[in-house]
Amino acid sequence: MGHHSNWPEWVYVGVVIALMCWVGAEAWNAERLVEHVPADAEVIKVTGQQWFWTFEHEDGTKEIGELHVKVGKAYKFEIMSKDVNHSFNIHDYVVLMDAVPGRVNTVWFAPMEAGEHDIQCREYCGLIHYNMRGKLIIEDDSS
Amino acid sequence: MVLELQKPRPIWQIMFSTHHTDVGLLYLITSLSFLFMGGALALAIRAELFFPGSQIIADSMTFNRIFTVHGTTLIFLFIIPFASAVGNYFVPIMVRYKDMAYPKLNAIAFWMIPPSGALIWLGFADFTWYATPPYSIISAPGPAADMWIFGLKILGVSSVLGAINFVVTILKCKHPDMSIGQVPLLAWSFLTSSLIIIVAIPTFAAALLMLLTDRLGVSGFFNPAMGGDPIAYAHLFWFTFHPEVYVLVIPAIGMMYEIIPRFSRKPIFSHSSGIFAFVLLSVVSFSSWAHHMYATGMSFTEKTVFMIGTLAAVPASAMHVFNFIATMWNGRIKFSTPMMWAVGGIALFFSAGAGGVVNAAMPLDFQTHDSYWVVGHFHLFVMGTIAFGSIGYLYYMFPYVTGRMYNENMGKVHFVMSFIGTVLVFFTQHVLGLYGMPRRVFDYPPIPEWITMNQIASVGAMIIGTSMVIFLINMIHSSAKGKLADTDDPFNLGGKYYYPFESKNPHHH
Repeated sequence: MGHHSNWPEWVYVGVVIALMCWVGAEAWNAERLVEHVPADAEVIKVTGQQWFWTFEHEDGTKEIGELHVKVGKAYKFEIMSKDVNHSFNIHDYVVLMDAVPGRVNTVWFAPMEAGEHDIQCREYCGLIHYNMRGKLIIEDDSS
Repeated sequence: MVLELQKPRPIWQIMFSTHHTDVGLLYLITSLSFLFMGGALALAIRAELFFPGSQIIADSMTFNRIFTVHGTTLIFLFIIPFASAVGNYFVPIMVRYKDMAYPKLNAIAFWMIPPSGALIWLGFADFTWYATPPYSIISAPGPAADMWIFGLKILGVSSVLGAINFVVTILKCKHPDMSIGQVPLLAWSFLTSSLIIIVAIPTFAAALLMLLTDRLGVSGFFNPAMGGDPIAYAHLFWFTFHPEVYVLVIPAIGMMYEIIPRFSRKPIFSHSSGIFAFVLLSVVSFSSWAHHMYATGMSFTEKTVFMIGTLAAVPASAMHVFNFIATMWNGRIKFSTPMMWAVGGIALFFSAGAGGVVNAAMPLDFQTHDSYWVVGHFHLFVMGTIAFGSIGYLYYMFPYVTGRMYNENMGKVHFVMSFIGTVLVFFTQHVLGLYGMPRRVFDYPPIPEWITMNQIASVGAMIIGTSMVIFLINMIHSSAKGKLADTDDPFNLGGKYYYPFESKNPHHH
């Protein structure tokens, strides 16, 4: 106890602190870029309720359970909830944001290629939480 | 040391006793009973998820109730009472006092646990251990939800009473010849975790009352329909329960600090850095609560602040790992059962911590948030670190409590199976989360990767379940029929390295 030199521990702690600073700085920088919403992003209003998703496009078109978007455009989701907390998630595009009643949360994405992806709820919301799923359909205009 | 089970006594003498080892025994038996009850629910969950579709559980409501009670039971009715059991046995002995500072308060704190356990189990609520509003206010069926709230309320009071008792026992009742710096690290772990409890729990106690009045419809703190905000609950809840994570893990690390030097037959590498890391952890535990809430719509600045607060806990945790490894370095290690559990626990603590850094980094959290990654992550802490440390310590204290030795081979089989099972279940769940599977789901679509990984996890859970049966048989059989232990040195380590508690304590033999 206390009679030996403890310098290896301090070197080690210094290395850990340096590592954490690096992780923190990289994360800060990446998140800053990820959160920068492009100015021309089209707004899609997303509403979660027990136990399905509804979507409203800028032109007023509404969709339930399915969301159609176009390749190469940026979209900004405005996420709301009508009853309890949900979490809007398109895992393949790392879109994840809670739908909290009384609040509007935003997140954006820009689909890269045509295809179908799962939409799901990632926050426990009761009886059919497990099946609160939808489909994202990305269409290619050029073809 | 104590040997309650060697001298036959009528059961009410133990039940109505206020002596610290009797209360410790009550805590021990209660917590282990809840370990098996909560573990059985875990097996039901894993069996249900073996295939997509409904397997053994008829409907999602039952499933939701099962995972809610599973989490509540193992956190509040196994881990916390188990730590109290160890603290009751060892803290007074380590600080060389005759009992806890307030013996009656100690017994009262224990006797609050069975009624709250009954409320939680008879109610069987469905709103997860987090009881998130507005679901818990407007959607969760009563009376289960209300019973859960009352159960948790009583448990909170019990924790605070127990914590006050530990703090007073350690600070005020320690032997005058003993400076605070000489208090063993296990007792230090109880001092720091008790201080966290005293600061953290009242916030959740208030939130629970607000939740109850919200459910009764007389207030709207967290109900947006009445002008409230569910995010306020999230802040109150995590202000208590992020520090609570350290309340759970710090005593388990303290237990490893008892086991590792004995079985390495070397003094601890640095007693003072152990104390420093405990104090540091208890302070920074309050700087990171909102990392649970990155996806609730927090601003970039808020997220950055809480990311820094979270990463700040890493060096302190890493200091403990360093201390353990430096203690084992060049030691004459004897891998008896307690040592295997402690070393396995350290390895999994490191893995869990590494996964935690990923969660803390903001952009990566949006990959893992509310997915099975998180389930795997915190289970590596609660099972891999805390339960491993606790079970190791249970084997270590077994000869002192019962006067008999457990079966060493069965203990080792228990460890090996549990370690393999833990890796299979919780490492796989990390990967499953990266593949996007959300947590708290009764059923999942037949995505091939999800099915395979769920099956690996379920097989791992069955391996753990089997090992726990071996554990139960070993404990029951050995406490009645095991060979008599040499309580001066039950693990045959050589007396010099053994901590002869009683010879240093005038109150115990």
